Amino acid sequence: MRQLSTDLITAEVARLCIEANYNLGEDVLQALRKAAEQEESPLGREILHQLLQNAEVASREKIPLCQDTGFVDVFLQAGQDLKIVGGELTEAINEGVRRGYKEGYLRKSIVSDPLGRVNTGDNTPAVIHTEIVPGDRLKIVVLPKGAGSENMSGLAMLRPADGVDGVKRFILDSVEKAGANPCPPLIVGVGLGGTAEKTLYLAKKALLRPVGSSHPDPMVSQLERELLEGINALGIGPQGLGGRVTALAVHIETYACHIASLPVAVNLQCHAARHKETVL
Amino acid sequence: MSELKRITTPLSEQDISVLRSGDRVLLSGVLYTARDAAHQRLIQALQSNGPLPFDLAGQVIYYTGPSPARPGRPIGSAGPTTSYRMDPYTPPLLALGLKGTMGKGARSAQVKQALRQYRAVYFAATGGAGALLSQCIVQSEIIAYEDLGPEAIRRLLVRDFPVIVANDIYGNDLYEQGWKKYRK
Repeated sequence: MRQLSTDLITAEVARLCIEANYNLGEDVLQALRKAAEQEESPLGREILHQLLQNAEVASREKIPLCQDTGFVDVFLQAGQDLKIVGGELTEAINEGVRRGYKEGYLRKSIVSDPLGRVNTGDNTPAVIHTEIVPGDRLKIVVLPKGAGSENMSGLAMLRPADGVDGVKRFILDSVEKAGANPCPPLIVGVGLGGTAEKTLYLAKKALLRPVGSSHPDPMVSQLERELLEGINALGIGPQGLGGRVTALAVHIETYACHIASLPVAVNLQCHAARHKETVL
Repeated sequence: MSELKRITTPLSEQDISVLRSGDRVLLSGVLYTARDAAHQRLIQALQSNGPLPFDLAGQVIYYTGPSPARPGRPIGSAGPTTSYRMDPYTPPLLALGLKGTMGKGARSAQVKQALRQYRAVYFAATGGAGALLSQCIVQSEIIAYEDLGPEAIRRLLVRDFPVIVANDIYGNDLYEQGWKKYRK
C-alpha cells in the first residue's frame, strides 16, 4: 500500500493557502479582461481595470489579493489504496493552514465559537470535505472563501412542480438580493438536486470548475447560459454600482433527488476567486 | 464619468456640500478603521458614557480589517468590507459629528436618512482590491482594542486613496441609480 506522510500534506496545504491568496488564476484574469471589454458603464470599466491591477500588485508584492483571506475550505479526494502515515490527517491540514497563514502574512479571520467570538489567532480550523475515490493518490484543493460572498449563500427546497422556472427565479432572486455585497462580478455556484446539505455542497464545489467552463450535460449547460444572461440583465454591475457584468460565469452541479424534492442552492464567489490544488 | 476630486480629511462642511453621488474622489489624510467588533465596543462605550478612543468630529471611518504587514511595510492588504453589517451602529456615530464612512455595498434606509440629517457622506471603495488600495496607505497605527486583532481600531494616513461617492447629503444613492440605468 502506498504511503503518504502527514508532513508533506502540511507543507503542501501551507503552500496552497499562500499561493491561492496571492495569485489569481489565469481563467479568472481572462474573464476579467473580457468583462472590461464588454462592460458599458465607464465606472464599471474603471473598477474592472482596478481589479486587474490589483492582481498584478498582489502577485508582485506577495500580499493577499483581498484582506479577507477567508475561511479555508479544503476538498480532499483520497484514494482508497492510500495510507496516511506520521500523524492525524485533520491535524496535518490544520497545521498547514496555521503555517501558511503565519508565513504568508494572511489575515486570521476565524472565531472559535459563533456566539463567544474569540479569534483562534491562526485561522484554524479549516472546513474539510473528504471523498474516498479509487486509486492511491491524494488530491488537495484549497479554497479560501471570503465572508462577504459566503454570507450571501442560499438554499431553497422547491416543489417538483416549481420546475426549471422556479430554479431560475430562486437563483436570480438570490443574486439580486445580494446586490453589491458579494463583490461582483461574481462566479455563481449552483447546486441542484440531492438533499439539503448535498445541494449546498455542490453549489460550493461548482466554484472549483475553471471559470466559464460548461457542464457536460447540454441541458444543464443551456441553463447555465440562460442564467448568466438573466443575471447580467439585472444591472447590478461591477461592485454593484450599475453595469452589464454582474457575473463572469454560472456553474451548476447536479445530483439525483427524491421524488418529492427539488433542492437548489446558491453559493456566490466574489471576483477574487481563489483556489489552488495539488495531487500527491 | 465625473472629474476626479481631491479631498483631504477631516471633512469640512464645504467638502461635504460639493460632493455628489457618482463623484470619483482621491482622499488624503487620516482615516480610522473600524468594523464589526470595534463598532460594538464604540457603541458600548457611548451607552456607558465612557470616552471614545478618538474624536469623531469631521472624521471618516473606513470599514476594513487589514491583513498583517510584511516587514518594512505599513500595512498588508486593506480593502473595504461589506458596510450593511455596520448599519445599526452608524446613525449614533453620525450624530456625534462623524462626516464620512467608507466601505462597500448599499446602506439601509435608516443610514441614508441619517446621512441627510447629519450631513455626512458614504464612500464606496473597490471591494477585493485590497492589494492595490494598500499602496495608498502610508502609515498605520493601532490606537484602540488591540485584542481584537484584525478588528482593532487603526489610524491610517492615506494619500490619494480612490473612492466613489455612493451616498451624498442630498439623498442620492449611486447603487439605486446605477441599477436602474443598466437594468434590462
